[in-house]
Formats: sequence, C-alpha cells, structure tokens
Amino acid sequence: MSDAPILALDNVSKIFGRADNPLYAARDVSFALHSGRTLALVGESGSGKTTAARLIMREYFPDKGQLLFRGAPMGKADSKALKAYRSSVQMVFQDPFASLNPAHTIHYHLDRPLRLHQRGLSRAQRRAAVEELLQRVKLDPGQLMAKFPHELSGGQRQRISIARALAVNPQVIVADEPTSMLDVSVRLGILNLLNDMKRQLGLALLYITHDIATARYVAEDIMVMYAGQIVEWGDMEAVLGNPQHPYTRLLLSAVPDPDRRFSEAGAELDQIETIRRQSALPQPDIRQVADNHFIRPMP
Amino acid sequence: MTTPVLSVRNLNIDYIGAETDFHAVKGVSFDIAPGELFGLAGESGCGKSTIAFAVSRLHRPPALIRKGSQILVDGRDVLTLDDAELRKFRWREVAMVFQSAMNSLNPVLTIEDQFYDVLRTHTGISRAKARTRAAELLKLVDISPDRLSAYPHQCSGGMRQRIVIAICLALNPKLLIMDEPTTALDVVVQREILQRIDVLRKQLGFSVLFITHDLSLMVQVSDRIGIMLEGELVEVNDAQTIYRAPQHAYTRKLWASMPRLHGTQITGEVTP
Repeated sequence: MSDAPILALDNVSKIFGRADNPLYAARDVSFALHSGRTLALVGESGSGKTTAARLIMREYFPDKGQLLFRGAPMGKADSKALKAYRSSVQMVFQDPFASLNPAHTIHYHLDRPLRLHQRGLSRAQRRAAVEELLQRVKLDPGQLMAKFPHELSGGQRQRISIARALAVNPQVIVADEPTSMLDVSVRLGILNLLNDMKRQLGLALLYITHDIATARYVAEDIMVMYAGQIVEWGDMEAVLGNPQHPYTRLLLSAVPDPDRRFSEAGAELDQIETIRRQSALPQPDIRQVADNHFIRPMP
Repeated sequence: MTTPVLSVRNLNIDYIGAETDFHAVKGVSFDIAPGELFGLAGESGCGKSTIAFAVSRLHRPPALIRKGSQILVDGRDVLTLDDAELRKFRWREVAMVFQSAMNSLNPVLTIEDQFYDVLRTHTGISRAKARTRAAELLKLVDISPDRLSAYPHQCSGGMRQRIVIAICLALNPKLLIMDEPTTALDVVVQREILQRIDVLRKQLGFSVLFITHDLSLMVQVSDRIGIMLEGELVEVNDAQTIYRAPQHAYTRKLWASMPRLHGTQITGEVTP
C-alpha cells in the first residue's frame, strides 16, 4: 500500500431529498484504489454501493468532499478533461443482457471505444485491436465479431462488457455486481478473468457485490457499507476473520455457509432490527482494530 | 416407512418445437417425506423449474409431460386430475411460491383482499372470518396485522415475499414448492425468511420442495438434496453428504466453482 492511489474518494457525501429531510446515500465515504489491487465494496441493496460507483464514474458530483484522480481533485470538469478521465476509468455493469446494444454487432461494441478514444488508429489497426481484446477475454474473434448480443450467452456477454471496458486502456475498472446474474460455473470464469486483468495489466479494481464469498476470491481489501457509511474496512482476511462492527457480523452470519446449519445461528440474527437502526445513525469516529483494519463504532 | 407426500416417478417432459423437441426432464424420480425439506439444485436450464411446474400441473403447450410419468401427491396421481379436481388440489394440497413472487401480488388490491380472494374461492368463508384468518397467517410470517390494509407497493420486497408465503399457507397445504424464493432479496432478509420457513414447517408439518442455484444455502436448509444436470437427476443424497462427500463428478465441479467464505480458497481451476 506504499504506492500512491490512482483514484480516491476523500470524505465524500452525496445527499438526496430536501434539506429538511436529507437522505445520505453516501456519508463521509473515503477509500483509495491502488494499481494491481482489488477493493471489494459489499453491502445490501440500498446501502449506497452503486452511489459510490456513480460518484467515481462522475455521474454524481459529491455534495461534500472530493474525488482525487492521481492526487489531483476533480472538480466539475469540462468535457475534454472528462473524456480523458473516461479513458482511465471504466465500468462493467451488472446486467449483461441490458448493457449491450441489441442492434449492434460485437465488433461495433468494441470498435466504438477505440474510435472515440484512440483517434489515430486506422481501420485495420482497430480491427487488430478488437481481435486482441477478444482474445484477452478468452473469446474467439473469428466466431464472435459479426454476432449480435442476443446470439451470446450471459457469460460471453459479460466478457464482451469487460473487453469493452479494457478497450480504452483504463487504469481503473469499477465492476458493479458483474457476476450476480450468471451461473456458478460461468461466474468463476469471469472472476478468474478479473484476477488475470488485475495481475497482467496492473489495473485497480473496485469490485461491488453483495456476495462476500466472491469478494474474498478477487479482492485483497474489503469495505462493508450500510446506510451510506463504510462501517468497517481493511484487509480481507482480517475483516472476515475478526469482524468488529455489529453490522458486519450480522451480514456475515446471514451469508449462506454450508458449514453452519440454521440452528447454529449467531446472536446477531436475534437483533436484526436493533443493529440495522443503530448502524444507520451517523458514526463519525474511526477506530483502528489492527494494522489494516478499521471500524466506525456505533454511537 | 410412511407414505411420501410427493412421489415423482420416471418424469419425462418435452418442450415441443417446430423441428425438434427439447427433452427438458429425463426420467426423474424422487420422493419427499412428510415434513421433509427437499432441495433441487442445478444451473439455469437444467429443468428444475420445469419439475416444479409439473408438480402443480401448471404446464401448458408446448410443454408436454410424456406418458409413463407419474407424480403422486399423497398417493394420488396429479397427472390424471380433471379441471374441477385440479382446482381443489392446488393451494389445498400443493402451494407454490414463484421466483420473484413478490411481484405476483395484485398491485390494486390490499393485502387483506388478496387473502380474501384465496379464502373465499377455496373455503367460501365470510369476510370477517377471512380477516381473522389473514391476521393469524400474517403473524406466522412475523408481519403485524396492521398491514392488512396496505397495498403491495407500501411493503418492502422481503415483506411482500413473506406475504406471498403466508397466502400459500392459508389452506394448510401438505407441500410448499418454493422456486428460487429469495434470489432477488438481500442475504439478511433471505436468512430471516428461510429461518421462518424452517420453524413453520416443523410447527405445521408441511413438506417443502426448495429450488435454488445457491448450493451453500441449500446445504444449510435442506434435509436431502437432488442435483440436476441437463434434465437428469444425477445425485440424490442427504445434505451433509452432498457437501462433504459428493458422489457425482458434476456435484464436485459445482463445489469447485464456488468461492469459499472461510478456510482454504478454491484453486479456480475447474475442468469442464
């Protein structure tokens, strides 16, 4: 963790609703993405995971705090700066059926980012680049280039989404639930692909999921989010092995685990409502549990 | 041995196509004992929902249940029921919770009306009695009876799913079929609902046919599990055997594809 982060959120809040009844979709969120590392963001629906992704993708602007790219704050950038930012930060979406245009071929999907972001390339060079991208995500270019999204399986489409994100040579990829709609055997292939990309291309990955087991497979670090706040974060094994925040404990005790029968439920499951209510309150303090393991204690 | 609540024998189902038929379920046989929670696991397209639909006789063409197939509920062959018998059979003997069941509530009726709909059709009881019964049923799934006057959009996804389960239990069915009942829900909510089902089936004594693709979850809740691959039931065993000593190569492959939450992580290499 010695190298400087590529991208960081610094005390960012995003507030929806009116001033007299504000809803904090993100409250004092801080984290950093480093090259060659994956950070997992876990939490239930509505906890603010996708808000964090949208803040990074510049779809939302922070109401408080700032977004730092290579150490420099990103303001409301002009379109040129935004374009440069987009060629560094890319996103892979959850639904492989909805995120590709049904009216265009696979070749079009991968050619377009190249046309937009690498103007100097000739048609032949772009074609070679598309072939290389498809090989990188372990698909057969000859077979797939002329096909349309509906002719592909869910796993193949998600590989196309990853190839499309890689087309601009990004440094950061935000993957929002990239495997939740795929079967287990297909899912593993996508997770392996994300791991390969991180190692081979030195990408910084933000892996957003509600599935903690897959997070453990791809990420070195983890953040647990609830009601817009990161309640616990740090090294994956440290957090999973010694969860300190009641909400993290609740989440972990609810995750399907074949080693535990239902009768061996943790104490947290008896106090779901209390834990939820308390965890939603602002938790301004930060306590360090271990070298790389922090929580925001409940008030 | 007691008679099984559900006994499926040599079930063959085809989807009839213009040129070729798709053989979706291939000679499947299994039993579910009274009070048992039986899990059916497999990947998309393996035929698990097709079986669930067959047990409640919900199939329409182009699905075709082949001759020689038998589905016995309490010893009676479901496949031979006529329309009137079928109306009595559904809900009273077998009730089904669908995938995304929380979207299967009628958006323009209150929760009370949705209960009344079922109770009036099947038992013809009065509005007042139906209201009392509905309140009882809601309590079973940990929902306050105040919610009877609410509309579905005023309830959370988890709450709606629990309401659907309560409606399914309205006529004390012998068998509850749950097809991916919690797939669209968060883990904490999923856990609350399944834990409730586990308590209720012990308290009320119904059996459950539970369908999901989440093998870890299935091992936690089921007594016995059947693993399906391309229309065939390749392994049936008690839950702990499926987890600790899987017999079929495909079951082992499924486990090898699932990242672990604790302990040694999977290697990530699966031979197809």
